Amino acid sequence: MPTGNLDTTTFVIASIIKIVLFLLVLLTTVAYTTWLERKLVGHIQNRWGPKRVGPFGLLQPLADGLKFIFKEDLTPPYVHKYLYLLAPFLSLTLSLIAISLIPIGGWITVAGVHTAVQITDVNIALLIILGITSIGVYGVALAGWSSNSKYSLLGSLRASAQMISYEVALGLSLIGVLILAGSFSLREIVDSQAGTWFGFIPKWNIFLQPVAFLIYLTAAFAETNRIPFDLPEAESELVAGYHTEYSSMKFAMFFMAEYANMVTVACLASVLFLGGWTGPVFGPAWLQGLLPVIWFLIRVAFFLFFYIWVRGTLPRFRYDQLMGLAWKFLLPLAVANIVVTGLIVALRS
Amino acid sequence: MVPLSYYLLLSGILFACGVLGFLIKRNIITIFMSIELMLNGVNLSFVAFATYWKALSGQVFVFFVMVVAAAETAVGLAIIISVFRTRETLNPDRVNLLKL
Amino acid sequence: MLHLTLFTIFGVVCVAGAVNLVAQRHPINSALSLIVVMGSLAVEFLLLGAEFVAAVQVIIYAGAVMVLFVFVIMLLNAGEEEHTRGSRVALLFGVPGMLIGSVLVAWELVRSTPGTEAAGVGALYGSAKTIGRLLFNQFLLPFEITSVLILIAIMGAVVLARRES
Repeated sequence: MPTGNLDTTTFVIASIIKIVLFLLVLLTTVAYTTWLERKLVGHIQNRWGPKRVGPFGLLQPLADGLKFIFKEDLTPPYVHKYLYLLAPFLSLTLSLIAISLIPIGGWITVAGVHTAVQITDVNIALLIILGITSIGVYGVALAGWSSNSKYSLLGSLRASAQMISYEVALGLSLIGVLILAGSFSLREIVDSQAGTWFGFIPKWNIFLQPVAFLIYLTAAFAETNRIPFDLPEAESELVAGYHTEYSSMKFAMFFMAEYANMVTVACLASVLFLGGWTGPVFGPAWLQGLLPVIWFLIRVAFFLFFYIWVRGTLPRFRYDQLMGLAWKFLLPLAVANIVVTGLIVALRS
Repeated sequence: MVPLSYYLLLSGILFACGVLGFLIKRNIITIFMSIELMLNGVNLSFVAFATYWKALSGQVFVFFVMVVAAAETAVGLAIIISVFRTRETLNPDRVNLLKL
Repeated sequence: MLHLTLFTIFGVVCVAGAVNLVAQRHPINSALSLIVVMGSLAVEFLLLGAEFVAAVQVIIYAGAVMVLFVFVIMLLNAGEEEHTRGSRVALLFGVPGMLIGSVLVAWELVRSTPGTEAAGVGALYGSAKTIGRLLFNQFLLPFEITSVLILIAIMGAVVLARRES
């Protein structure tokens, strides 16, 4: 347990410092994922992305943030005020909470305090993350309904129906990983992927559960409303879906929530399927604490790059194709994966 | 250290609010939500007893109550939608075609 | 002490949500209050050490059943409810009646609960492993029957909600 040998005050102070650091890193990552997206999609489409604001356009997120703050914050008179203001806060808060459960590195010793590079290690971390995903549907549903407009309502109903359908496939695909690891705790799942076969193939779950990995990735793309599943908020459909009536900071909150969800999915995929922070560790003590974090960040960066690559490449699904994919293909496939994994594990032992 | 009776009190208050909502509300969906509130109160007392008497079957039973509640919600809301399509109202007092 | 403080805070939130559900006139506000009640109940479950049940409460109850309610409220465009003569009578007799009834039951409960046994935070850990063992060994038949029940509910909901065209 990460709190084992720390007294209460040290634990509280360490936790507060970790929370602040994690939030800063997460928000910066969210901002620079938008930059990465615009640059990458630009290059895929054979044009430069933003390149005027700072070197390589690196100050573009800052400029975008300032633009959002200076835009007129319009609250249409026909909305349900309370829910209209609540929905973006709810979306953003829930996206930011998930980062508190994800382990980023092994153990480090800073100023004599030996802690895990993780805000908290909970026994049921994976279930809590699924719970946060389930509650995230409310942000979308309430945003659309409270906007009191046809396009918002239709967009939000489609988006929430899509999210709850793919939640099922998402949860079921993770059961294969759970059977192999034997615990819901994310740290223990990563620890179960340590070591190698034949000395050079790492024992990652992506080799043991390839089908579950593909189902998880597809379901996660749909959960975060990204192409090819972004019909509910596509630019040429339904005006802008559930955030049609939002402007300025409230829209920016939905925007940030979407990218924070992407980062969470990328972190989870690295923890569950790519072995978390495992990698060659060498050098002096401070380097040994830092290297696992770097290996983890490389995996997360790879998933973000993959997200953006898919966005620039694939067309989007029609809504009935999307729902048919979830219920008629991914769900039976995930159940079959559980049955096969369970059989193999039972016959082995 | 929280005595068992505190948890039972909280569970009883939730159940009482559920019964009250069931009796006085005039919107079928809110009545249905009061039923869910009653079930939640009962769940709390199950888990409280499970902890204080060290019997895990209390928590397993909560599992079954939740599953049954979910199934009942699905069918009940489907029925409400059907009734709404024909009677155009959500007030149970107005679904009175069979009244003399 | 911390246990009692946390219990009181989330107990107050539960009761406030429950009273708000009954007091609000628009069903969407009642639905949101119910979600708050379920969330604070999940914390109460955690205080009792039932971690798996708390997670399941959030995922299933607050995250799926209530989403269903919110969808139906949105789809049917439920408005504020009206006050008819019958509802005013029910309010007049129902609230005091319920109060008296619950005070009687509460007094009886507190009086006859054996002793003031107290358990610490999480005295009995209901981890997923132990509950799973129970579910698949001792409670296997109810488990299988509930899966049939869910199948029946799915079929019933699909048939009932279909448009006659």
